[in-house]
Amino acid sequence: MSDAALQSLFERGRLWRGQGRALPRSTLPTGFAALDAALPGGGWPAAALSEILLPADGVGEWQLLWPLLARLSAQDGRIVLVAPPYIPFAPAWAAAGIALPQLQVVQTEDDRNAMWVAEQCLRSAACAAVVCWPRQGDPRTLRRLQLAAETGQCQGFALRPAQVADQPSMAALRILLEVDPPQWRVLKCRGGNPPARAIVPSPFSGGRGPAHGAGGMLLHADLADQKPSPSIALPARSLRPALRVEGESQAAS
Amino acid sequence: MRWACILFPQLALDDVLRRRADRDAPLVLVDPAQSRPLVRAANRRACAAGVKVGQSLATARALCERLAIADYDNAAADRCRELLAAWAYSYSSLVSRDFPDALLLEVEASFRLFGGWPNLQARLRLELDELGFRHRIALAPNPHAARVLAGLHDGIAIPETRLCNALGTLPVEHAGLAPECALGLRRMGLRRLDQVLCLPRAALGRRIGEEALAHLGRLTGELAAPLAFYRPPDAFDARIELPFHTASSESLLFPLRRLVRDFAAFLAGRDGGVARFRLTFEHEHDARTRVLVGLLAPERDPELLFDIARERLDRIRLCAPVCALRLQADELPPFAPARRNLFDPRPQQAEPWQALRERLRARLGEEAVHGIALHADHRPERAWQIEHGKQRADAPPRNPRPAWLLHRPIPLRPAVRRILAGPERIESGWWDGEDVRRDYYVVETGAGQRAWVFRPAGETGAFMLHGWFA
Repeated sequence: MSDAALQSLFERGRLWRGQGRALPRSTLPTGFAALDAALPGGGWPAAALSEILLPADGVGEWQLLWPLLARLSAQDGRIVLVAPPYIPFAPAWAAAGIALPQLQVVQTEDDRNAMWVAEQCLRSAACAAVVCWPRQGDPRTLRRLQLAAETGQCQGFALRPAQVADQPSMAALRILLEVDPPQWRVLKCRGGNPPARAIVPSPFSGGRGPAHGAGGMLLHADLADQKPSPSIALPARSLRPALRVEGESQAAS
Repeated sequence: MRWACILFPQLALDDVLRRRADRDAPLVLVDPAQSRPLVRAANRRACAAGVKVGQSLATARALCERLAIADYDNAAADRCRELLAAWAYSYSSLVSRDFPDALLLEVEASFRLFGGWPNLQARLRLELDELGFRHRIALAPNPHAARVLAGLHDGIAIPETRLCNALGTLPVEHAGLAPECALGLRRMGLRRLDQVLCLPRAALGRRIGEEALAHLGRLTGELAAPLAFYRPPDAFDARIELPFHTASSESLLFPLRRLVRDFAAFLAGRDGGVARFRLTFEHEHDARTRVLVGLLAPERDPELLFDIARERLDRIRLCAPVCALRLQADELPPFAPARRNLFDPRPQQAEPWQALRERLRARLGEEAVHGIALHADHRPERAWQIEHGKQRADAPPRNPRPAWLLHRPIPLRPAVRRILAGPERIESGWWDGEDVRRDYYVVETGAGQRAWVFRPAGETGAFMLHGWFA
């Protein structure tokens, strides 16, 4: 095989040396210094499918994805959520710095349609990022999504339950979110060996989105530092004025 | 001015053939009004079998096996001419339907836009082939000469200076004169038009009549020949009757594609788009299935419109076999093509978001694709809203809010390990009957999840789960 052909394989991350030069720097830093350092390209793999494995609801998948989505949406990139399991709550997304006009939600009735939509969106090149929730762990489906992401030069994210962690997957990157203690474990990353140690999420390596982007995202880290609160009546820590009496004042007036 | 004549030698036959998937099967058109049907037109395969125009239908049947028969429908041919005029309007603002079976276009004004006559002619032919009409095209300095030349030489282009020579070589029978007049001239020994044209006009007029003389004057351009020009209509309405009744959406695709293509050609000619059109599937006994197709932005791409129409067709359930298909559109808003940067780095097959969104909506339903927006209300259920169009920017609230909101609150099942924040009282909505008095907390469950929970204000009962800090 000629040098040029080898070189192109290296550049695309199809082939890597055990020890050696890193891939070209990723243009998509994750927004977390520790995670960037652990990934071969220094960020999300570009134009590829990344798989995020969740042990339960509410474990911080958006803390991981929001910095990237906020940056993409600020650059007029369209973000599509395909059949999300819950309502994306607009106030939180806006607070995280996502430009809401760039956010589109597609509702589908079944998983088959959802995968069709995800593939169409990835392939169309009309979107910057597509997030989907494949319920059946069909390797062929993931393979199709990965190919569509390559064709459409689009960031694909498949959010799946942690139970499928031991199944093989075509995704370029697989991250398992662990809750106790909260940490991220890279199971697979194209172009390098996955780091042996789990990464403890720390807020921000810099390059955060718009100024108001902090509110929602910092919460995770802020609150994690708090001691358990002994009582319910007293707030553990008043993040912001917690009591709202606006309704009452209107009633009185 | 240069006039292009597009002659459609077999308009009625083409119209029938266009609607058939198998264009090579032998086919004849017969006059439905006559008691003893005669063949009015026959396609190539039928002609090869020996069928001739003017034969009786019984003879044609005897000559050709498996002969398909259709009515010669003048009204359908008229509708085709209407469609073709709308199509031709995209190439010239002066389109005339004054000649039967032919369209006249003033094209000189369009040469610069389309890169000269050879390019324009190639384009006209390509699109006519796609639409499924056989045609002959000629270019001449005046409309009557163009019409006469198109009948004789397909593809001829005559400049002003050579018009007299070109007309001179025409046999008198093919100069567009009345048959008896042409016969008279031939009996006088005049075989070619130049022999006729060099005769003194006054004497010639006494012999062949004023009308024939005027025709010769219009041919050479000596007499002005005003034409009535086509004005595009402001609505589209086309109907295809199916040769066989069918309830399978698969076999409806072919006529549907034909209909949508015609529609797109009409839209392109008008330089407009469509945001809303009606498809009607007609059944026997006047029953109808109507499908209203609505788009968010005007479109006119034939493939996109067809995809959308097909998805709709797949989703409806036809109650009975379909015997005709109709497409109507009343509102035809102006069409603004999607803007793309010249150095757009996106890949080749890129599809604009608007087109993608329409395809998704066509398959999944009108409400399937939407944006989300903030809404100035403290109640979580109302702090967001579904947004289909433009959004205005609002300031997000300053308190922590979860990424996921549940469709409706449910009792929190996992055990609460600790409370991270709260209570935050949300009390609002007494005025519109959806009063909310709740204390919201951020809690961590035993499994390490972060949940947004509430309970009625001032109470200490069980928590209701309303969102996840994901």
